[in-house]
Amino acid sequence: MELTLWTYEGPPHVGAMRIASSMKDIHYVLHAPQGDTYADLLFTMIERRGQRPPVTYTTFQARDLGGDTAELVKKNIKEAVERFKPKTLLVGESCTAELIQDQPGALAKGMGFDMPIVNLELPAYSKKENWGASETFYQLTRTLLKEKVSYSEKISPLRWKEFGRRPKVNILGPSLLGFRCRDDVIEIQRILSEQGIDTNVVAPLGASPDDIERLINAEINVCLYPEIAEATCDWLKRNFGMEYTNTIPIGIKNTIEFINEVHKKLDLPLTNKKELENKSKLPWYSKSVDSNYLTGKRVFIFGDGTHAIAAAKIANEELGFEVVGLGTYSREMARQVRATAKDLNVEALITNNYLEVEDAMKKAAPELVLGTQMERHSAKRLGIPCSVISTPMHVQDVPARYSPQMGWEGANVIFDDWVHPLMMGLEEHLIDMFKHDFEFVDGHQSHLGHTATNSKDILNSDEKKEKNSKEGIIWTESGRAELTKVPFFVRSKVKTNTEKYAILRGIPEISDETLYDAKAYFS
Amino acid sequence: MSKVEFNKETGPREVFCGLTSIVWLHRRMPDAFFLVVGSRTCAHLIQSAAGVMIFAEPRFGTAILEEKDLAGLADAHEELDRVVNDLIERRPEIKTLFLVGSCPSEVIKLDLATVAEKLNKRFLGQVRFVNYTGSGIETTFTQGEDGALKALIPLMESSDEEKLLLVGTLANNVEDRFKKIFRNLGILNIESFPPRQSTEIPKIGKNTKVLLTQPYLSDTARVLKHRGCEIISAPFPLGIEGSTEWFLAAAKAFKINELKVHEIISPLIDRAKLALESHKEILKGKRLFLLPESQLEISLARFLHNECEMDLIEVGTPYLNKDLMKEEINLLPDNTKIVEGQHVEKQLDRVRESNPDLVVCGMGLANPLEAEGISTKWSIEMVFSPIHGIDQAADLAGLFSKPLKRNKILTSKTLVTH
Repeated sequence: MELTLWTYEGPPHVGAMRIASSMKDIHYVLHAPQGDTYADLLFTMIERRGQRPPVTYTTFQARDLGGDTAELVKKNIKEAVERFKPKTLLVGESCTAELIQDQPGALAKGMGFDMPIVNLELPAYSKKENWGASETFYQLTRTLLKEKVSYSEKISPLRWKEFGRRPKVNILGPSLLGFRCRDDVIEIQRILSEQGIDTNVVAPLGASPDDIERLINAEINVCLYPEIAEATCDWLKRNFGMEYTNTIPIGIKNTIEFINEVHKKLDLPLTNKKELENKSKLPWYSKSVDSNYLTGKRVFIFGDGTHAIAAAKIANEELGFEVVGLGTYSREMARQVRATAKDLNVEALITNNYLEVEDAMKKAAPELVLGTQMERHSAKRLGIPCSVISTPMHVQDVPARYSPQMGWEGANVIFDDWVHPLMMGLEEHLIDMFKHDFEFVDGHQSHLGHTATNSKDILNSDEKKEKNSKEGIIWTESGRAELTKVPFFVRSKVKTNTEKYAILRGIPEISDETLYDAKAYFS
Repeated sequence: MSKVEFNKETGPREVFCGLTSIVWLHRRMPDAFFLVVGSRTCAHLIQSAAGVMIFAEPRFGTAILEEKDLAGLADAHEELDRVVNDLIERRPEIKTLFLVGSCPSEVIKLDLATVAEKLNKRFLGQVRFVNYTGSGIETTFTQGEDGALKALIPLMESSDEEKLLLVGTLANNVEDRFKKIFRNLGILNIESFPPRQSTEIPKIGKNTKVLLTQPYLSDTARVLKHRGCEIISAPFPLGIEGSTEWFLAAAKAFKINELKVHEIISPLIDRAKLALESHKEILKGKRLFLLPESQLEISLARFLHNECEMDLIEVGTPYLNKDLMKEEINLLPDNTKIVEGQHVEKQLDRVRESNPDLVVCGMGLANPLEAEGISTKWSIEMVFSPIHGIDQAADLAGLFSKPLKRNKILTSKTLVTH
């Protein structure tokens, strides 16, 4: 049993709903009680979808449990098929139905329908949303393509040459409730097209079962979101020999590497190598003298595996930040995140508990947080600027404007989204510096609003605590005065370090000199 | 009883489960914690319905069942013990802990009542444990509050003192207004249930006169009656008419002259009628379809027809207690079509066929209907907004006139209609 106050991911059947709702001509019959229908609002409210998710909930009640819930399942399947006439039917169960073991998938298969039926078994008590989405996409692809495995030749990535046409790829992984997927797809298709590469199928977003059957008309697969598509890409590789890409094109370096990888796999000569560096404004903006102040900015990163890893690389190599914390809630990606963290000399935080993330954030004393909507709230409480880089989705993560994370335009968006809150951070710093001047009007705030006063609140509460420091350490007047001169965003870190140093050296009272001693000791 | 048409419907439903009521219950009692024993779905449902990201650390959570908890119930009980211990250590300010059953905990027959009993002994004098179910196999949306209140009744001590007991969660400001009006009427001993502090539970007995503030408290009313309380029969205090009747019924139970009631509330009524005018202008003659969710539908239909002159196409309700709703149903116009239960697909077919001006529905259905050109109002807003009482009648009407007003603003820009 795990106490959860808030969860980054929903249950696995919500992952299945993401696949079903992303696609056309599919219907999902979900054996579930009425409360589970809440999941519709994720699509209709957060994504502002104008259609209901293609899901029929059996909505069994306690009084049905004594009778024949299997009959209820069959009745709902029959009605759903008659009403929605799907080309492929997904059948599964949510957490409660899993316990009553009606096996709705098997029931559906026994009802004599012509259409393919995918029986989804998504263990609700051990797996989560992204896993459910991945498994659903994989099972669906497998069901629709398995008959072709036996007579299909292995697909050579070079066969486009024999066919005398441009190479074709599939873009796999984008789905509803995925971070900026809608715009990433447009950006990546545009980039590939510029390189003379055609898109065969994008799936699951916007695809129909017919499109899934056409997947094998492409030479290779672009695995855009491994959380959703890696299992499917893997299966297509094992059974049809289709190669797939490993690089996620977020950031300039990764986008260029991605283009190289695709060209290499297709054996397509890359003709515009030099141009690539200038496709986005990020490299020049980052190099421009105005960005000097970005150097060494302390940044804390938390999100899904794919976006967290990409953010760490961009922060470190393309913007010159210092990554002081890196973590993910995607257990499936823990290994990769740990490896990236190790390269950056930080310890990876793998957790689904947002309070642990907030604690880690506090300890790392960053100047910028890149996280999910939950980290945005935590950062707000701590008075630290934040930019959102990952799901879980919030209505603000589905902007009206074109706003990809991937490719050239994605890099532009990232530069703006990450640096603009930081400008405000600089502004806060200036306010902090000048607050002792007589011209300074108390309550002056930048657009970060409350945080300007927040820095004072921290100070006040700190002062109270100082008098009753747990370890019995006393802050003298001079020590306290010196502490107020430290920029607010590192003040708590300086305070902790100084106290740590005082304990270490057995110093009972902290003066201004102790602060400098501690600073020298830890530098 | 007016000639109302009653129908029942079964089939796939699109409604929240009783767990959702935790969202307003935990705000009502700031010293209580609601621990759902359930699955990740339960946790995800509450956070999605409530948009809880704004809280630092909410006063509700889910003990998520894992594979090993399903293998042996003995272990599950032990695990729950551990989770509760951790929680109380972390939140020592909690005075009452609600152990809330869910669909999975009901299906595996996790005996939360016994768990609560044991914990009550262990934490005697520190934290009180109360158990009820908010599971979707038994409860719909507001029925969660009914269950929570019913579970608190055994904790109510007996007293023969004469009092007015307001039952059902109200917004604090609305509750204060009501109490002031009752005091002006001469009813001085007034208490609320649920209380604002979970430990301040009212005493009840044969001289307790219960006035329900919400129409979804069937079980609570039944058990209070068993305890000897008098349940005052009245419509619910939504709109001017409902609130007036509600005050009159209370006054009658306390043998207060009707004239005095009119004397005190008629200035409020005049003021409210004035405020209602502009909304009525928009709502008049517009056709309304209410999908079932909160059990407030019948009272809302009565208000929107009688006071705002809307036409009622269909009034859905997840559950209908004809006895409790008697006074409301009497006020409905003849031939009102009430549908208890739901077959969401068939109901949506009827929505489309009847071409309503406004549909009251859940959040999952609102945007798809808007995309089809049908204006909507989310039913969840009714339980989060202060809508009760004479003073709030215009605000209540405003919830329905706003979508229509907006629709007009947005379309009139592009369409010349005359």
